Amino acid sequence: MTAVHPVVRLLAQRIALGLVLLWAASVLIFVGTEILPGDVAQSILGQAATPQALANLRADMGLDRPPLERYLSWLGGAVRGDLGTALSNGQDIARAMGQRLSNTLFLAFWAAVVAVPLAILLGLVAVRYRGRWPDRLISGVTLATISIPEFLLGYIVIFFLAVEFRLFPSVATIHSGMSLADRLNVIVLPALVLVLTVLGHMMRMTRAAILNVMQSAYIETAELKGLPPFAVIARHAFPNAIAPVVNVVMINLAYLVVGVVVVEVVFVFPGMGQYLVDHVSKRDVPVVQACGLVFATVYIGLNLLADVIAILANPRLRHPK
Amino acid sequence: MTDAVLDVRGLRIEATVCPPGEQPRDAVLVHDATFRLGKGRVLGLIGESGAGKSTIGLAAMAYGRGEVRITGGQILLNGRDLRAAGPAALRGVRGRQVTYVAQSAAAAFNPAIRLMDQVIEASLRHGLMGRAEAEARAVALFRTLGLPDPETFGRRYPHQVSGGQLQRAMTAMALCPRPGLVVFDEPTTALDVTTQIDVLAAIKTAIRETGVAALYITHDLAVVAQIADEILVLRHGRMVEHGETSRILHAPREAYTRALVAVRRAGGPGRPPAAPILSVEGVTARYPGLRQDVLSDVSVSVAPGRTLAVVGESGSGKSTLARAITGLLPPAQGRIRFAGRDLSPALAGRSLDDRREIQMIYQMADVAMNPRQTVRTIVGRPLELYFGLRGAARDARVQELLDAIELGEGYGDRYPAELSGGQKQRVCIARALAAKPRLILCDEVTSALDPLVADGILRLLADLQAREGVAYMFVTHDLATVRAIADSIAVMHRGRVVRQGAKEAVLSPPFDDYTDLLLKSVPEMRTGWLEAALATRRMGSAGH
Repeated sequence: MTAVHPVVRLLAQRIALGLVLLWAASVLIFVGTEILPGDVAQSILGQAATPQALANLRADMGLDRPPLERYLSWLGGAVRGDLGTALSNGQDIARAMGQRLSNTLFLAFWAAVVAVPLAILLGLVAVRYRGRWPDRLISGVTLATISIPEFLLGYIVIFFLAVEFRLFPSVATIHSGMSLADRLNVIVLPALVLVLTVLGHMMRMTRAAILNVMQSAYIETAELKGLPPFAVIARHAFPNAIAPVVNVVMINLAYLVVGVVVVEVVFVFPGMGQYLVDHVSKRDVPVVQACGLVFATVYIGLNLLADVIAILANPRLRHPK
Repeated sequence: MTDAVLDVRGLRIEATVCPPGEQPRDAVLVHDATFRLGKGRVLGLIGESGAGKSTIGLAAMAYGRGEVRITGGQILLNGRDLRAAGPAALRGVRGRQVTYVAQSAAAAFNPAIRLMDQVIEASLRHGLMGRAEAEARAVALFRTLGLPDPETFGRRYPHQVSGGQLQRAMTAMALCPRPGLVVFDEPTTALDVTTQIDVLAAIKTAIRETGVAALYITHDLAVVAQIADEILVLRHGRMVEHGETSRILHAPREAYTRALVAVRRAGGPGRPPAAPILSVEGVTARYPGLRQDVLSDVSVSVAPGRTLAVVGESGSGKSTLARAITGLLPPAQGRIRFAGRDLSPALAGRSLDDRREIQMIYQMADVAMNPRQTVRTIVGRPLELYFGLRGAARDARVQELLDAIELGEGYGDRYPAELSGGQKQRVCIARALAAKPRLILCDEVTSALDPLVADGILRLLADLQAREGVAYMFVTHDLATVRAIADSIAVMHRGRVVRQGAKEAVLSPPFDDYTDLLLKSVPEMRTGWLEAALATRRMGSAGH
């Protein structure tokens, strides 16, 4: 018997599943933009265009080919990294989007570097003092930050930290000529808003997952060994709560990339969200499709990563009998 | 006796309980418990569930589960009152001067951490020894406890070793910091009888070699007789009797202790066989997706109004056999004949009458009943389904059935949560009887119950059989139960029937190897049985 390690088999299954999902997402994105009424030719030429002019422009742009053929050539291009050219301004989408994506990832990265460890630490502290004032304070504050809409949160931090105390710039304009320190200074406020938005969700899930594990018999064993409460939580409970925590962390990381449109608008940050919004209003279908595909890839990729970490964190799978 | 390791005086323990439909109130779990334990002595705490044994055991570590509070008395450990100690001082005592071995080691080990790190954790945390010294001590303890490959055993994760091995590893974990006292809380209860004897012997050896004092909690007098120097009998949180082990076993003073000692009785002879109502012929079955057969070529039969006991360890396939007979797991090969006709292998192919005539009672009565239905609804359901009874006719029949299981009026309106363990199992019996079956499959129906309660259930089943003429197939791992109720016996091992026939024939020599091992592993209520049993086992294996 050629024994493949079960972890390898599971990981291969997950990756294959991720690819299938990605393909399904590409179909949905293509079909979704296809069934929208009107097309780019129509929006470029306007309502007064003659049918002949429309037909000519469509032929130029390749819009007259059958949908399946266009889907396949689009998918084939996307796999090779060629996302086509924007209809509205004729730019290469991959290059135009590359800069925007790297800005968004830069912002998401620094927000995550602060938010994830902080959320887990606050979750551990809340469990340690569950039902007492530190727990209530943490839960109350994070509940408030979840509940306040992001744009309002954005204006609140701008009002206090940019206008009243003039600590950080309120406009997060970023370009390739800036040094790292300048860029960090510029993104402090949007990153802060993002941290406040995702912190509560991750912290509450960490708290709930650990509290669930705290019911286990092995927690009693640890307490009866005379371990201090925080050691019981961090060493004995947390490793068994990793799977649910990682899942919610990844959903929030995906949100940092995919769902930050409002925050980008508030801080005039040149990221993916603004790029997408601009081109939706221009009815630039290839750009919308490309953005959809990138967002789907990020989302599926991060959730795949969550699955992989959850599998690797499970000793039963890592060390089979 | 001034050198007592543990000296408990007037201990009182309370808890806040919330009975369904009532206001929460404080209940007293332990009243005025007083005892001392000298250095190196082993005290057996014995009693039914709810007697307060585990509560007292944990109180020796000044620990209360959930809402449990220690509200009175003194707990002197090495002369120091734990009740007066603060949380930090208690942490210094727990895992250092007193340690704990839980009933289910499988649940008590952290699944995410290697065994060695867990075994030496308390020793390191309390600064008792360095890592190298602690690991060397752990390996030595693994060897004393008879664990395989003691040098490398600790590198494994809990799920990579068996239940019996985990229980020994937990004992090693408790002994590693060289405590003065170990609390053993039913350490062998969850194990198979053939595993229990080895673990018991390992624990006994380890206690003797380390000279540690121990509180040994169990509901099984025969087990405690092997290991304890003295026995304390508890009931409803009160001390019934305390004395040397041999005195308690041979000259119990209190009526309750006498009942406990007498509960393991022999049972009458088996009744003669008759033409079978159920015959299982050459059945082979496996679970979907698994390659291994769980049942291989199994043939057994049950006579009308008689009892067949199917015995074996966990994993022997005895419960799977019951599932195959009910049609829940259709066999891959073989046939099942019932009352002269072939039964469809799958449940979906069976008529309503086929289903009615074979009923099942489960081990865990709690989870076999819908917690949101009243007893009347639960027992009435088969009456509606099979006989179309409605309204007053149904309620009258439910009352008859409740009378038959010796639950009086008023129980019909209760919910399962308002019943004791024994009462729940009685309701399950009434539900099975409601269908007027000709065969009832009983799957470990007394295993989760205390000895005296289990005894009551067995008596009830015997009475009902005499009255209704129903046949039982009784799946169990407990040979004492088998002796008490069986007419015929089938011994199962690894999916096969290794021995079967009338009770007297099966339980009389010459034995096959497995039946011999099984019979010799059942603890007997006399001191010295453990050593004698291990000696004959060693002679037997030397002879091979």
